[in-house]
Amino acid sequence: MSANNKEELNKLAAGSQTKHSSSTSDETAQEQPPSSSTQPKQLPAKPSPPSATAAASAATTTTTPKPSLASSPAKTQPEPPPFEKGLVEQLKNKFGDIVKVVFIKPLRIKIQVEPQDIVGVASFLRDSMGFDHAESVAGTDYPKDNQIEVVYHLGSYSREELAAHILWLTARTNKDDARLPTLINIYKSVEYHERECYEMLGVYFEGHPRNERFLLPEDWADIPPLRKDFRIKGR
Amino acid sequence: MTSIEEKFEESKRLGLQIVKESEEDRLMTLSVGPQHPGSGHFRFVIKVDGDYIVYCDPDPGYVHRGEEKMCEYRNVIQNIPHLERPVIHDSANITYSYSLAVEELVGIEVPRRGQFIRAIASELNRQVYTLYWLAIYGIFLGHSTMFMWPTGDREVIIDLLEALTGARVTHAFNIPGGVRNDMPEGFRDRCLSQIRYLQKRFKEYEDIFYNNPLFRQRTEGVAVLSKEDAIKLGVTGSVVRASSVPFDVRKAEPYDIYNEIDFKVQYMKTGDCFARSYVPLLDMQESCYIIEQLLDKMPASGEVRAKLQPNPKGPPGESYRRVESGRGALGYYIVSDGTPKPYRVKISVGSFRNMLALPYLLVGKRLADMPAVYWSLNYWPVEADR
Repeated sequence: MSANNKEELNKLAAGSQTKHSSSTSDETAQEQPPSSSTQPKQLPAKPSPPSATAAASAATTTTTPKPSLASSPAKTQPEPPPFEKGLVEQLKNKFGDIVKVVFIKPLRIKIQVEPQDIVGVASFLRDSMGFDHAESVAGTDYPKDNQIEVVYHLGSYSREELAAHILWLTARTNKDDARLPTLINIYKSVEYHERECYEMLGVYFEGHPRNERFLLPEDWADIPPLRKDFRIKGR
Repeated sequence: MTSIEEKFEESKRLGLQIVKESEEDRLMTLSVGPQHPGSGHFRFVIKVDGDYIVYCDPDPGYVHRGEEKMCEYRNVIQNIPHLERPVIHDSANITYSYSLAVEELVGIEVPRRGQFIRAIASELNRQVYTLYWLAIYGIFLGHSTMFMWPTGDREVIIDLLEALTGARVTHAFNIPGGVRNDMPEGFRDRCLSQIRYLQKRFKEYEDIFYNNPLFRQRTEGVAVLSKEDAIKLGVTGSVVRASSVPFDVRKAEPYDIYNEIDFKVQYMKTGDCFARSYVPLLDMQESCYIIEQLLDKMPASGEVRAKLQPNPKGPPGESYRRVESGRGALGYYIVSDGTPKPYRVKISVGSFRNMLALPYLLVGKRLADMPAVYWSLNYWPVEADR
């Protein structure tokens, strides 16, 4: 990261602004200039090196604290980008304390809800905010908390200004009796993802028509393999 | 020669029961695969009434390798070679999004020249994949010339990639921090001349394949996926672009230097098999322009790789980054707990998402449409299984 490189990055940031507004549709660029000007360079610019944050534009220059691991829902980012903040406020106005905001990063928002609220929040996200499909459903095992976290990565095709955004809708469930309500009636696209999550992590999705084996062998007779207490043989 | 009556007598004597034909018997269950020509190991169970498909149930998993679990046992650099195995024809794009996600977690700034080179590598690699896919689409529909031509032209790009990366298919070239090595001497001129050759060939593909009346009749108006349904099913890549959703990750969420590149998102409005097979060709033509721009705009010299610590690790955190691969958006969700090994890796692949459209599109079609519909979904079984 020499001075040379920094100059180039600065040039790049300037170039990207003009280029971007010309290439995408104008109304999007005007509606939310910070988001469009800070797009690709900022995501890697999160952690420590100060040169990286200096090169990026003004919006998140003061982000010193690191985002903590998913297990601790805390507002670590003091100055989130305005567009993302607006989205979160829209959620907060509707649901209040039901929605816990884990972090707000450029283009990425993570919220956490209780299992019984997830269907309501998801239908609001789809109907009123335009997140119309799920890109993936990932489960993560946290043996320390004895919990499994399920993350829905929601994206949008129909709202152009949301195309770059991914909203992470998460819920946690107890590992001993892992159950969550299914979102298949809201997002048809989660059908196979939830089925995979069921077999890989043992989360039973209540209301899902097929909580069944999907990718694993037919004679699989072990615990779900992506749980942390499953060990690969020989390791 | 025994008559039917004798057979009946015989079966009665043996104590066999003769059942009447029921409604259920009209349907025949077919297991397509898992050894399916060209497609990799994937099976779907269909039921046919006459030659109409009335039921379809995909059964993937024959090439499930547990990539996600394997990631948890290796550090971020050791993970590169095994992660690109699912689609060896498109390995640069797979490692691209993995690298982006790791860079966000570890905090690596990629040198500018490195960004250009890895964009070139992944553009070339996407073309390799698409040509291979196109070749199989040709042979699926009984057009053997279309199998030979793209397979041969694919070698042109593979030679280019071999000169660039040192390997024909699995390059392990895009790594966290940049690319493994700089471009060789004279690569630019060679690349440009090969691109011109390919652009000429793409026109010939249109003449012999896409304008072929037989191909048109088998694909036009077949298995239409409407825009609303495409959004609802969450399909991606050429499938969603064929249904008039102009979504391309390179445009929607430009990574690295893609916001400096001027290109159009190619999409079509009909949403039938023809659109789904034609959009990848348009993408390849657009990709040629992108490569020309990348070669023009890249800095003449400089670092191509950021210095990494021996066992790269960052603070605890999570990242989800995606790129546009040959089969659509390819995302990596990585959770890190602060150690060199990822805590959890989830790979969100286009094939897995597009598979959801298969039963939706196949039901109600004739059995003869099955290959055209199945392969138009840009489905790569090994990638879907991971």
